[in-house]
Amino acid sequence: MGKIKIRLLDEAEISKVILRLSHEIIENQKDLDSIAIIGIRTRGEIIARRIIDNIQSHYNKKIDFGILDVTFYRDDFSKNLGSPKVGPSDITFDINNKNIILIDDVLYTGRTIRAAMDELFSFGRPSSIKLGVLVDRGHRELPIKADFIGKNFPTSDNEHIHVLVEEVDDKNEVNLVEY
Amino acid sequence: MERIDTKHLLGLENISKSDIEKIIDVGFTFREVLDRPIKKVPVLNGKNIVNLFFENSTRTKISFELAEKRLSADVTNFSASFSSVQKGESLKDTIQNIHVMKMDCVVMRHPVPGSCLQLTNYVDVPIINAGDGSHEHPTQALLDMMSIKEKFGKIKGLKIGIVGDILHSRVALSNIFGLIKLGAKVKLCAPPHLLQRNIEHLGVSVTHDVDELIEWADAINVLRIQRERMGLGLIPSIREYRTFFGITNERIKKHKKEIVLMHPGPINRGVEIDSEIVDSDQTIILDQVLNGVAVRMSVLYLLLGSKDFE
Repeated sequence: MGKIKIRLLDEAEISKVILRLSHEIIENQKDLDSIAIIGIRTRGEIIARRIIDNIQSHYNKKIDFGILDVTFYRDDFSKNLGSPKVGPSDITFDINNKNIILIDDVLYTGRTIRAAMDELFSFGRPSSIKLGVLVDRGHRELPIKADFIGKNFPTSDNEHIHVLVEEVDDKNEVNLVEY
Repeated sequence: MERIDTKHLLGLENISKSDIEKIIDVGFTFREVLDRPIKKVPVLNGKNIVNLFFENSTRTKISFELAEKRLSADVTNFSASFSSVQKGESLKDTIQNIHVMKMDCVVMRHPVPGSCLQLTNYVDVPIINAGDGSHEHPTQALLDMMSIKEKFGKIKGLKIGIVGDILHSRVALSNIFGLIKLGAKVKLCAPPHLLQRNIEHLGVSVTHDVDELIEWADAINVLRIQRERMGLGLIPSIREYRTFFGITNERIKKHKKEIVLMHPGPINRGVEIDSEIVDSDQTIILDQVLNGVAVRMSVLYLLLGSKDFE
């Protein structure tokens, strides 16, 4: 494990950033009935849930929610990247003709997002896919960019961004970690 | 990354409890994949798998082939009846020829017990036993256990009965090894001459009374009476077997209890189990078939996908 270099966001700041993301997602969409939010397991799922809750309480609007586990679609699954435990994806609504907002915690190489998009198409044909992330740390290896970005934190190669969430890690914070 | 320790799946006797649990858990993940509109994931893209079937099989072969295709692997099928084996080629030569063509995994069914283990001497890719004689049939036992877990939510502490020709059954042996490792209680029911001597050493109990088994068990795995092994004077008649060991309507009604019935197939309706019971909601036979594809996907993924071969 690396050592924590600096705390980038604390609990209150994370809430504020996620709230802003929630408003931006709504602001951007004309037809609220057509949007669905899908979180990428594990921490993207939790951030997506918080966005759903925000939209529910501020706009009184129930949004379709799903979870993607991209393990079987990764191009680097044979390398041990310490991926989390495999779990099933959970998308119970029909994604055809929906405007999907994919949510993940950190946008890095873009490979997870590519895998997620591939996997989404095995469920149907959405009319559009947009991407929202809590942190964009740069270093893209694929032509992918986020539509909704919580924070931009440029990093160097030996640094990592660790997003901790209460549901998994018992606390909410975003740290810059050096390896 | 999900990993299992074993390199091959030769049987459940020599693999760890945690490997078995992981295969079943990942199996449930693949069950979800099978519910999607497009039931295919690209994890084994570019891998070549050969299915060597030296003995007839319908469902196991279809199940493996489906599992392989749904993981995007390339599949080569080989049946002994249409091959050079008919011309007298030995197993070793057949395998070495196939191996030199750079296969990534071998799935084999063979009538000789231990043939999969022998195969590990000739090739260094993962080998999956799809049934070796009357020895083991590990993927069948894994799908049985997955179905039990799906139905009951657990395996530990459950009372599982197995009735039928235990002596010649690879399904029974693999189930015994697996279920005991996962903490289930296992009771076997068979005519005395169709049961290995001293099989209690494996940690199971034995009865010759099927009514006692029904009274005791949470679930019963009903084995097929293997007609191809008949004619050896093992059972006086099919009717007599049904009378003493069959899961009949009258028996099930008499006991008035909830019991889950399983069958590895193919079923002889009216022999080891009555037709009406097969079609009732007490059985999970069709769930077993579906779980079979999922658990085989899991085995292939864990042996091939999540490991590096340097």
